[in-house]
Amino acid sequence: MSILIKSVKVKGEKCDIAINGNRIEKIGKDIKGDYDEVINADGLTALPAFIDMHTHLREPGLEYKEDIESGSKAAVAGGFSVVCCMPNTKPVTDNRYIVKYIVDRAKEVNLAKVYPIGAITVGLKGELMAEMGKMKEAGAIAMSDDGQPVSTPQMMRLALEYAKDYDLLLCSHCEEKSLINEGVVNEGENATRAGLKGIPSAAEDIMIARDIILAEMLDTKVHICHVSTASGVQIIREAKARGVKVSCETCPHYIAGTDALILDYNTNSKVNPPLRTEKDRQAILAGLKDGTIDVIATDHAPHSHEDKNVEFNFAANGISGLESAFALSYTYLVDSGVIGLDKLSELMSEKPAKLLGIESGKLEEGGLADITLVDLDKEYRIDAKSFKSKGKNTPFDGWKVKGKIMKTIVEGQIKY
Amino acid sequence: MKRDFLTMADADKELIKSLLKRADFMKANIVAGNKALDILKGKSMVTLFYENSTRTRCSFEDAGKYLGAKVVGISPSGSSVKKGESLIDTAVTLDKLMTDVIVIRHSVAGAPNIIAKHIKASVVNGGDGMHAHPTQALLDMYTMRERFGEIKGLEVAIIGDVKHSRVAQSNIVGLSKMGAKVKIFAPNTLLPKGIENQPCKICKSVEEAFKGSDVIMGLRIQLERQQKGLFPSVEEYNHFYGVTMERMAMANKGAIVMHPGPANRGIEVDCDVLDSDMCLKDEQVTNGVATRMALLEWVTVGE
Repeated sequence: MSILIKSVKVKGEKCDIAINGNRIEKIGKDIKGDYDEVINADGLTALPAFIDMHTHLREPGLEYKEDIESGSKAAVAGGFSVVCCMPNTKPVTDNRYIVKYIVDRAKEVNLAKVYPIGAITVGLKGELMAEMGKMKEAGAIAMSDDGQPVSTPQMMRLALEYAKDYDLLLCSHCEEKSLINEGVVNEGENATRAGLKGIPSAAEDIMIARDIILAEMLDTKVHICHVSTASGVQIIREAKARGVKVSCETCPHYIAGTDALILDYNTNSKVNPPLRTEKDRQAILAGLKDGTIDVIATDHAPHSHEDKNVEFNFAANGISGLESAFALSYTYLVDSGVIGLDKLSELMSEKPAKLLGIESGKLEEGGLADITLVDLDKEYRIDAKSFKSKGKNTPFDGWKVKGKIMKTIVEGQIKY
Repeated sequence: MKRDFLTMADADKELIKSLLKRADFMKANIVAGNKALDILKGKSMVTLFYENSTRTRCSFEDAGKYLGAKVVGISPSGSSVKKGESLIDTAVTLDKLMTDVIVIRHSVAGAPNIIAKHIKASVVNGGDGMHAHPTQALLDMYTMRERFGEIKGLEVAIIGDVKHSRVAQSNIVGLSKMGAKVKIFAPNTLLPKGIENQPCKICKSVEEAFKGSDVIMGLRIQLERQQKGLFPSVEEYNHFYGVTMERMAMANKGAIVMHPGPANRGIEVDCDVLDSDMCLKDEQVTNGVATRMALLEWVTVGE
């Protein structure tokens, strides 16, 4: 199959993109020739399709929230060609059989490329190491206990040390449980106003610092998931400056939202780590701008209506993020003048590909044809009801944004 | 449009004033033994209490009965809540039973706000988590107004576990709205974050808390807080933060002591203070019924 994308903007310049098979054959002006399909993309911009290194697809076991098919549909609708799914499934993805199941199922679904992330410890319990090596053989791309911290420093130390042999990236969910202390929102003025128990920034920062210290001692890499605090960004910035191999991600909801969103008890704004203050949000923007933060990941956490339509304390944590990730990031980073489109593309495609060690994330001749076409000028309102994901849980429902995904091509095939 | 009463923040000054005034009428009636008013005749009210309560629940139920409403009390332990029915489903069911007012108490902040969005019945907050207890603030203000004539200009010191206290939250908002000066005094571990941005002064010493105060409000210390390490012992708490006779001598002449109850005798307030004429905790109970009667009238049939 061959595709010709006509009159599309690539890095600001109008040109054509020719795709042959799963690769980009040529990027240039006025490409002629015979192609199976011609897409007139006048007014649209081509970006390397996005890569999400932090997704929850919920299958196996929690299909009432999401499954590999619905999650993959959401991924391509959101402009993603690759999603890496977290292991807090039921049972936990802590062995090669479940890794293989996810890989096989994703191939059947045949929409986005799905790479499972295996658990660091058996059952996400933080006690015994899971078979990371075998999971990698079966197709796992990284390891994480996401949703739960690896609580003891000794366990984390051993996991980092062991993972080094397999060149596996460990993605750390940083949360010091004793400081969470039943908290459900960010500690501070808004928590006090709402009467909800707070989670201090320190609960996240302490474990970020711990993992950095361990990675530095072991001279190995570590990836910090969903950074949300100003102090966390600063700790990572300082570590990078002295050469620690730490990378990190933040999420669109920390770019666009603050804890003011919890004041009306909308449980769709309940997420872990919690939405923080405007000061934290500004620090996240600064961290994205100066390169401290490497990646924007969605932490797509779909939940059912029942999981969310309860008292705030009882509601599940998480935001359905795949289908609003680009628009929120584009609106709050590029359209508002914080960074340029190239930088955003790097954060959503090139950098995650590099961290994960996969080919993709670039728009270049000979490269994989993972391409997203977006209409950057298109203004619209986020409509959770129209999400392909089973999870309609977003506090950004109804928000006015710019930047609409028009087409997603995965390895030369139009998937959206 | 239906009326809810969820927080002091939502209530404007004029409403508070008129409720307090109307409570005079209610109190005169019940004190005179006239507890068979027909203001709420033909109306129904449910108390839906997910947390244990004696005084607030009885107070609401009596207030409803004295006004002539049909009153039903529901506890999670004896209802389908125990079978796992969700809060919203329970509230919708009560709504469809043509209930006019639901008084809810819940351990989770925002529970009243959540059900208010889903039902036609008026929702009255009987206390939610650490968020709000607006009718307690109403009865506290009524008690102060009754004693001092007006709330404006009063200095009120709230002492104790401000962090976990919905009573403190509602009083800080309500009293400052009515022109009182609110001070708070507590160990750092019992002060909520961001309180400095609320309309109250944080006291650093016993002197600062008591001197110049017209009202000293002791808050209940949950003994489990000590077990969770928020302060070392109840003895140490009482030593530094207890309301004692000696400390009351620093307050203004005629100062009163209030307590939302139930009090831990000898911990947040010394026994001799609790049993003295200074302490209006029992008057607060009666005033609670009167103010809740005024409130129930307003949410259902008020102008």
